[in-house]
Amino acid sequence: MQEADVVKPKKNIGAGRQCTICNQRRAALKRPKTLEQICRECFYVVFEEEIHRVIVDNQLFKPGERIAIGASGGKDSTVLAYVLSELNRRHNYELDLFLLSVDEGITGYRDDSLETVKRNEIQYGLPLKVVSYKELYGWTMDEIVKMIGLKNNCTFCGVFRRQALDRGAALLKVDKLATGHNADDIAETVLLNILRGDIARLSRCTSITTGEDGPIPRCKPFKYTYEKEIVMYAYFKRLDYFSTECIYSPNAYRGFAREFIKDLERIRPSAILDIIKSGEDFRISTSTKMPEQGTCERCGYISSQKWCKACILLEGLNRGLPKLGIGRSRGITTDRSNDMKQSNGIKNIQSKQCGTLDF
Amino acid sequence: MQLTLEFGGGLELLCNSVKIHNVDVDLQSQAGEKLTMKDLLAWVHTNLIKERPEMFMKGDTVRPGVLVLVNDCDWELSGQLDTTLGEKDSVVFISTLHGG
Ligand SMILES: [Zn+2]
Ligand SMILES: [Zn+2]
Ligand SMILES: [Zn+2]
Repeated sequence: MQEADVVKPKKNIGAGRQCTICNQRRAALKRPKTLEQICRECFYVVFEEEIHRVIVDNQLFKPGERIAIGASGGKDSTVLAYVLSELNRRHNYELDLFLLSVDEGITGYRDDSLETVKRNEIQYGLPLKVVSYKELYGWTMDEIVKMIGLKNNCTFCGVFRRQALDRGAALLKVDKLATGHNADDIAETVLLNILRGDIARLSRCTSITTGEDGPIPRCKPFKYTYEKEIVMYAYFKRLDYFSTECIYSPNAYRGFAREFIKDLERIRPSAILDIIKSGEDFRISTSTKMPEQGTCERCGYISSQKWCKACILLEGLNRGLPKLGIGRSRGITTDRSNDMKQSNGIKNIQSKQCGTLDF
Repeated sequence: MQLTLEFGGGLELLCNSVKIHNVDVDLQSQAGEKLTMKDLLAWVHTNLIKERPEMFMKGDTVRPGVLVLVNDCDWELSGQLDTTLGEKDSVVFISTLHGG
């Protein structure tokens, strides 16, 4: 790790590979977005200032706002926490920043990544709030998996995490939640939503701010930031992040989409931004019926059904019928039709990979 | 040839969870020809990767989404597989594919 600070003047690198921005230092990486060859110092500047431009141009934050950063301990949210606190100081955003983590209760995975977030709390001086599945729902993911097996656990994880973040944000009394979704994630989600024919999500997933009608709006300052640059930035800056796959994440479908995106990127790096652009340009035809938003009769969370998804899933767990609510079901008394829907698979909401924040 | 190899972003799990490997790569290069990254990848595949090699390699190169730095410089600047290596060089492999 210490090696990085020693710049060795070596043969095939160095000579003739000057930074195209400053023309002084040795180039350290090729930017996927622009194909420029730039040095580390210039990279820090362009990386940070591009994110600043995205924040300003899209008016992501207002002075005086309280902002929670959804922090998983992984690379994206770690870099987001670091960069946002830098920009907040440098450009006087006047934001109160917080780290918000969800403890799903996954031994050997989330307990370790939470240690990373706790270190980030100290390193970046940002107050941390952790909300747990156990305290919110009475179940840890370990207990849920023990009951339902490995097949549909990502449904639980995804639905519960989304709501847990909203509840945590409410406890912190923040105005907005910023998540670490990067350009690669968004391109991948565009593709998945096309593959699933999910028009409602397709039009939503490229929005830089979502949920403005809901309890806590969410925004994605890394919408145009390449994953490669996030990882390079974390590496060069020696940021402390956690990188182990969730042990309950069997989601092969998302994995294929990700691999496809990475293959495309290798051939033509602009493919990632192009896919996002395509997603943005899709318009919903007026004949596509969008679900109406109401509130859950049981817990008050936003829901287009009588009960929200989390309450239906919980009801199933607590009644010992864990398949309840898996698949895109209506109501809670139609176990049989749920099972049928699940078996045809098409409308199954089991889709968001564990460890990935839901959109 | 003495090299320092570093695995990060989850790739260390493929080699007994060890991040930094100080290795002596005793590849016989063709007369006068230098050791390249292509040679090194084949060597790493055989000697260091203990499980799920498909997480690391695809074809004769790294899997897309794995970043490579040679002496802390993006290997896309030095010719990727054709990058030549010398004594005491450092090579870093980082996966970008693990959780955000
Ligand atoms: Zn420069
Ligand atoms: Zn509810
Ligand atoms: Zn999970």
